[in-house]
Amino acid sequence: MIRYILRRLLGAIPTLFLVVTVAFFLIRIAPGGPFDAERALEPTVLANLNAYFHLDKPLYEQYFRYLGNLLQGDMGPSFFRRDFSVHELLADGLPVSMLLGSLALLMAVVFGSILGCIAALRQNSWIDYTVIAIATFGITVPNFVVAPILALIFGVALNLLPTGGWGGGHPANLVMPVIALGLPQVAVIARLIRGAMIEALRSDHVRTARAYGLPTRMIVVTHSLRAACLPAVSYLGPAAAGLLTGSIVIEQVFGLPGIGREFVNAALSRDYTLVMGTVIVIAVFVLIFNLIVDILYAALDPRVRYE
Amino acid sequence: MTDPILDIKDIHVSFDTPDGPVDAVRGVNMKVIPGETVAIVGESGSGKSQAMMATMGLLADNGTVRGSAIYRGTQLIGMSKSDLNKIRGAKITMIFQEPMTSLDPLYSIEFQICEPLRVHGGLSKQAARDRALELLELVQIPNAKDRLKAYPHELSGGQRQRVMIAMALANNPDLLIADEPTTALDVTIQAEILALLADLQKRLGMSILFITHDLGIVDAFADRVYVMRAGQVVEEGPAEQIFNAPREDYTKLLLGAEPDGTKDPVPETAPMVLSANDMVVTFSSGGGFLGGKLREVKAVKDVSLSLQKGQTLGIVGESGSGKSTLGRAILQLLPSDGRVVFADNVISGLSRHQMQAYRRDLQMVFQDPYGSLSPRMTVGEIVTEGLLVHEPGISAKDRDRRATEALRAVDLDPAVRRRFPHEFSGGQRQRIAIARAVILRPTVMVLDEPTSALDRSVQKQIITLLRDIQTELELSYIFISHDLSVVRALSDTVMVMKNGEVVEHGSTANIFNAPTSDYTRHLMRAAFDLKSVLKEHANTIA
Repeated sequence: MIRYILRRLLGAIPTLFLVVTVAFFLIRIAPGGPFDAERALEPTVLANLNAYFHLDKPLYEQYFRYLGNLLQGDMGPSFFRRDFSVHELLADGLPVSMLLGSLALLMAVVFGSILGCIAALRQNSWIDYTVIAIATFGITVPNFVVAPILALIFGVALNLLPTGGWGGGHPANLVMPVIALGLPQVAVIARLIRGAMIEALRSDHVRTARAYGLPTRMIVVTHSLRAACLPAVSYLGPAAAGLLTGSIVIEQVFGLPGIGREFVNAALSRDYTLVMGTVIVIAVFVLIFNLIVDILYAALDPRVRYE
Repeated sequence: MTDPILDIKDIHVSFDTPDGPVDAVRGVNMKVIPGETVAIVGESGSGKSQAMMATMGLLADNGTVRGSAIYRGTQLIGMSKSDLNKIRGAKITMIFQEPMTSLDPLYSIEFQICEPLRVHGGLSKQAARDRALELLELVQIPNAKDRLKAYPHELSGGQRQRVMIAMALANNPDLLIADEPTTALDVTIQAEILALLADLQKRLGMSILFITHDLGIVDAFADRVYVMRAGQVVEEGPAEQIFNAPREDYTKLLLGAEPDGTKDPVPETAPMVLSANDMVVTFSSGGGFLGGKLREVKAVKDVSLSLQKGQTLGIVGESGSGKSTLGRAILQLLPSDGRVVFADNVISGLSRHQMQAYRRDLQMVFQDPYGSLSPRMTVGEIVTEGLLVHEPGISAKDRDRRATEALRAVDLDPAVRRRFPHEFSGGQRQRIAIARAVILRPTVMVLDEPTSALDRSVQKQIITLLRDIQTELELSYIFISHDLSVVRALSDTVMVMKNGEVVEHGSTANIFNAPTSDYTRHLMRAAFDLKSVLKEHANTIA
């Protein structure tokens, strides 16, 4: 098991290297640069800035310099928010995004599985149809619609919750962002669990369990739910990575200082180093969560256990 | 007469389907006496399984049951689930056809055998484990102690069925309902499982209700027989009477449904159409990018064969013998080593593109008539698809004419062209699959278990059809099957395979009448003389 994990982590290194390389050159292909503004800078100032950040060097040299610094854990200074290093910006934003994301993830797993299970056990009843309707709604209505509506109702009209801001991570400030972020995920999980559960309940081994007089609880929990979790687990890997690394829409609407917002702003302002920093963070999360999915999979299903 | 242990009276089962209600069982009466073995025989769709599913409260959600089923004075029909759960898995237990899927793949066999023990017998964890071990030994699983922790996928089909039997025996049932328990198994494994069941019954004294489509088993195994057709019992009686003096035409039809006849030999001067020399197929796994051990398995080892015009070569073997792999390798559908010559051209080692020129001459028909026809294409489209590739020049009208001819050749009404595969029975679908191959006027057809998924009576029709088409179109067949009687009815020469090697190769008459290898003899006895195999078993135990 530990050998397997080590091997996977080792295998992640070339992937990460590839991501860094592709991202580095892609962002450089994009027109414009970090110091282009509405009003062009004095040529000498621009030249000084470029020289200071080594942007006057050939591209390959910049690339190797970046790579070398990165290996020492230095992601460089932010080009746009010039008083901060990329490291500092990420260290500020990531905890916010991760807190939001993990709460949304928890909500998705708990409510998604419960709704999916209930719908499957009451297939084609009004409960089932209600769950499907909610799920379809959750998937189709984008969160840039859900978020302002929530803010309008609970923040403005009812005045129960703050309409935005971080508030130092106060729970009241988290409620609406978490709901807006988690709702589509609840919907997806509910649908996945429902489908897999219906299939599991019809399987031959569940027929065996019924033929052997096992109580309903065992048939549902032991012999159906475990198998029904598998597709949801594979979906949750990449989804979790996405949730924990921030959502531009939610962070923008509720004015939260997460890294989702940072990422988009950085890309728009050609803040090369900050873009690279966020790309690396997201890539690391995706790799880690894919590993977690594979380990969970092996724990759930003996047929895919690793040596 | 002793009181019956199970008394079924006037059971009706119907299913609510989108096309309206379907009556699967229509007024069935059956009795099981303590200690006896009763067989229910019928072809697919006869309602034999559903009658028992209804009795046990296991119908699908859209099924309803009427009638009476009394187990030791207790009415089972309409009983509450919790009361029924005290009987199911304790007093009446079941084993099923699919040993691959009837056990939960996510739990160890120990867990699954212990479950009913703990639920019904209230055994402690340790006591249940001890009993599970005892049961595994009872069903003769080798190294039972080590196997307790095994998962279903780590066991062979026969072993899984033994585990199911262990589960069934766990709480000392009165009645064991076995629903086609050996249908998915090889004949030699089938003989072992049946011998085990017969032995256990003798020792433990329970009754067995055995559901099957195979009259051969019934003869060797059952005391009394019910013959079912279209939801009703058409004949019942002691097994001897059913076999020696059947009254009903349908019973006679079932008894006569064993494939018979042999193939007329081809003249010795018939030209050679296909030969394969030293065929080797190797499968490898592991050995990924980051290491891991590379494992190689030779699925086919140095097999050579030849085929004359109009000849049929039967390839016989149990699952895992490499017979299907060999068939595919000959048609260059799998990478393989060895030299294959078709009509004086070497076709082994050709690229996909070069192979294209030979594809129409070398056709294949597969086992599963459900999976091998695209559900979204009409029969006409399925049958003519090959023409679009191999004769792109011909007009739509000509294609349609050819489809009509091909469908007539397989005895289907050409009007079926506009319908979809799901509207047809298994036998009809297999005819469509054959028409799809025949329309291209091939030289060689590889038939991979084309009759295995079909009922015996349908099987017989398909065999006759294959023989007729062969004579008419001067086809050569490579016929792959685990079913010895089908192979005997169709082949000129037979090759017996085991573990990727040829055990025996010779004329059909020689192989069947005077087999030289022990393995072939063993296979023949399990297939054709089950009765004496079981008797022998009983004697060795007694």
